Amino acid sequence: MLRALIAGCGIALIAGPLGCFVVWRRMAYFGDTLSHAALLGVAAGFALGVSPIAGVMITCVAVSAVLLGFQAQSRVPTDTLLGILSHAALSFGLIAIGFMDNVRVDLMGYLFGDILAVTNNDILWIYGGAAIVLSALAAIWRPLVALTVHADLAIAEGIASARIKIIFMLLVAITVALAMKIVGVLLISALLLIPTAAARRFASGPEAMAAVTVVLGMVAVGGGLFSSVSWDLPSGPAIVATATLLFVVSLLFGPSLSQPRPT
Amino acid sequence: MTPLIVMNAVGLMRSNKRILDHVDMVVSEGEIVTLIGPNGAGKSSLVKVALGLEKADDGTVVRRPDLRIGYLPQRFALDSSLPMSVRRLMTLTVDVTKTQLRAALDELSVGSLIDASIHTLSGGELQRVMMARAMLRNPNLLVLDEPTQNLDMNGAVECYQIIQRIRDRTGCGVLLVSHDLSIVMAATTRVYCLNSHVCCSGHPEDVGRDPEFLRLFGPAGAGTLALYTHRHDHAHAPDGHVVHDHQHHDHNHHNHGPH
Repeated sequence: MLRALIAGCGIALIAGPLGCFVVWRRMAYFGDTLSHAALLGVAAGFALGVSPIAGVMITCVAVSAVLLGFQAQSRVPTDTLLGILSHAALSFGLIAIGFMDNVRVDLMGYLFGDILAVTNNDILWIYGGAAIVLSALAAIWRPLVALTVHADLAIAEGIASARIKIIFMLLVAITVALAMKIVGVLLISALLLIPTAAARRFASGPEAMAAVTVVLGMVAVGGGLFSSVSWDLPSGPAIVATATLLFVVSLLFGPSLSQPRPT
Repeated sequence: MTPLIVMNAVGLMRSNKRILDHVDMVVSEGEIVTLIGPNGAGKSSLVKVALGLEKADDGTVVRRPDLRIGYLPQRFALDSSLPMSVRRLMTLTVDVTKTQLRAALDELSVGSLIDASIHTLSGGELQRVMMARAMLRNPNLLVLDEPTQNLDMNGAVECYQIIQRIRDRTGCGVLLVSHDLSIVMAATTRVYCLNSHVCCSGHPEDVGRDPEFLRLFGPAGAGTLALYTHRHDHAHAPDGHVVHDHQHHDHNHHNHGPH
């Protein structure tokens, strides 16, 4: 239980700031797409004889690269493209797994994870990954915010757009791959989105919003695990449900966005 | 006056449509260059090529290596999911002292909005903040894509005064895009009249009489290329010179129409 809490808070720590950018950049489907692609990655991992986590990372990076390439062309709208990639990756992943008679893949395990079964080693992985992802994100934070506000403006003011965007997508890919084994792909894409949406009303600046998101994510993890233990609920879905409850509460009781401005 | 941007025979194709065709344009230090043309003439595309945001398909674009650009984009809309104060928006890519920040906002008379959320600003207020933001970078090239949109007549006149004041003080070059043919700053060094190619260019009065200009904007456009000067400019006479006088704002700015 304590290990689950530590692991979940670690995931919330990475998912908070990254999730803010996912929401601000209107890439809510991106987490979903990567989660679905992760399944293809698991299959690829088995096929290539490498560990599933390496397969997931490779696939996520490949999907991000396809996305960036198409975005540069601007022939297909980003949300359509994400939908296509998401379902295509999921289908190809399932087909590939279907071909592997000798491999039994625990699909439910990958989708929902088993946070109650995390080991000390997993926790090391999460916090090691968090340290790398968060320090990389801190390094690109300012230019990434500028690019998110207005891409043309940021580029005209000398921001290296392509490099920053690639680093950001890699960070999301790494996060999904890291979190998948421990908390499942559904939980990570939910933790990228829901606490962020809940945090919006409580923040007046991007940094504050990232901080509030982390706190709300941790509250969701704690509340979810507590209810999971108390009422014997599946832990992953309980965390997502708690986060959703927080979001609804923020809508009902959070400060209004259209408050009069200070003069 | 060293050139900041030199564009030579620039062409741009998008979806098999020729957006820009053999465009030559130069913006030098201390110049105010105004770009006018009908909707869809490629004005914003030309600005994007000049800034390096779009890559030209033909021709060459040479930017001075030490170019420091202050840019006011044509459209600026912040996603409502991203909380941001005026102060934070101003300092996205520059580090400045509070005094500098305050001075830039005060110059556009929006100093009181420093802690306001961007999402609560009116169109005119946002335009002024974005203008202040462009100035704050202490640019040697100011690129303003339709700076007077969302501003009323007084606001537009004031905006032109500010542009000229900045130019006079810092000696920066200014590239100004305007959809409004009825008023072009008298301080403009050169007008480019664009309709995917450069129809005509030159000093504002000459362009106003150019047959190409008249053909492009028709009889209604003829004679409407009025010049904004700081003083009474009812007659857009060929010698419509600039008067550096900022004290007298009580005169009538509203009679810029043709006579």
